[in-house]
Amino acid sequence: MDNKDWEIQLNKQIPGLRRYARALAQDIQSADDLVQDCLERAWKKRSYWKEGTNLRAWLFSIMHNLFINMVRRKKLANNFENQLALNSNGNQSSGDSSHIVHDLAKCLSRLKPEYREVVLLAGLENMSYKEIAKVTSTPIGTVMSRLSRGREELRRLMAATGEPKLVRVK
Amino acid sequence: MSLDATHISEDNIHKYVDECLSPEEANAFKQLMEEDTELANKVAAYQLQKSLLHELYDPVLDEEVPASISAKPPSRQSQKFLLNMAASILLISTGVILGWSLRDNTIEKHSVIVKLVQPAAAAHVVYVPEVKHPVEVAADQEQHLVKWLSKRLGNTIKAPSLTDYGYHLVGGRLLPAKRGAAAQFMYEDEMGERLTLYVQSIETVEKNSAFRFFEDDKTKSFYWIDGDLGYVLSGTISKPRLLNTAHSVYQQLSF
Repeated sequence: MDNKDWEIQLNKQIPGLRRYARALAQDIQSADDLVQDCLERAWKKRSYWKEGTNLRAWLFSIMHNLFINMVRRKKLANNFENQLALNSNGNQSSGDSSHIVHDLAKCLSRLKPEYREVVLLAGLENMSYKEIAKVTSTPIGTVMSRLSRGREELRRLMAATGEPKLVRVK
Repeated sequence: MSLDATHISEDNIHKYVDECLSPEEANAFKQLMEEDTELANKVAAYQLQKSLLHELYDPVLDEEVPASISAKPPSRQSQKFLLNMAASILLISTGVILGWSLRDNTIEKHSVIVKLVQPAAAAHVVYVPEVKHPVEVAADQEQHLVKWLSKRLGNTIKAPSLTDYGYHLVGGRLLPAKRGAAAQFMYEDEMGERLTLYVQSIETVEKNSAFRFFEDDKTKSFYWIDGDLGYVLSGTISKPRLLNTAHSVYQQLSF
């Protein structure tokens, strides 16, 4: 694959990387910085990618490493912001779906980063548990327990925002 | 294959939600849900999470990709760097040409340092660490601040915007000077790094000077004279960054 082809392949991945980064990092600027860093690292580490393997999963694993670094850097600041978001959120409840969606973003940002990753990779990116294990360099058992705790925590957080529609019985 | 109650493992709940069970397993799971409301509620909540995630983030897929994101080889970055370098060289040579006109005036230069730059640097060092009262009038009353300082200096002055450089105006204060009053505007970036712009009426032979640099053990300053006013931009950031910022201040105040 020559440089041009590589660039074309990377370009195709940008919208998907941006969606995942946006959900992961929450604010647009940090998310797009993650994507750009990911693309630059993809060029530097290009020789590590085996042609014929899943490029998307490979890029997501780069993104995972960048995200973990970002979390380490931002840990204190994030906790503080989350606390603020929690305090200002109160117990407002509303019936329309835009509010639920908004609540989801807030609750998501309050999940532990390692739970948030797995919840997103499974729920938004439809990755198999095996792929998630590879992308996050974690044993599959850990993936499953993070998914389980992450989803339950998210459910609890969203229920705490006072949204009765969340409990929906089929 | 059928699933009985002992098979309601956490893993199976997620496999059902993520549609990883075989059709037979999924059917068996559905039967379990019919008998177990708590299980059904849980599954519904997880399914809702998934659909809300898509509702919230799928629109990103259709967004136009911003110019800051590029899949081009990162060497482009070094081109950007070269462009910046070229701009800096142009800026410095402009300064050199401007400065040439004052090349012999070392005595005046010395007096400008004593009258203008040293007081500015001293004021910088005193007020920048201030946590509670860094300024007399805060930026939310910018109009009032600028009007007041203009009146006291007897010259129309402005508070330039440095948001392009990451600095927002904190506010300003009035200071005593050799000849009447001086003004200090304070700026701050996200990290709490502060710059001050000191403005003072000054009498010099040369009405327009180049950027000049002054540094003591605590502060770096670029200073220049424009008409009746002397300006000093002080900070502890790198010299090139301070020069870039000074250039922006100069442009905003003169044009």
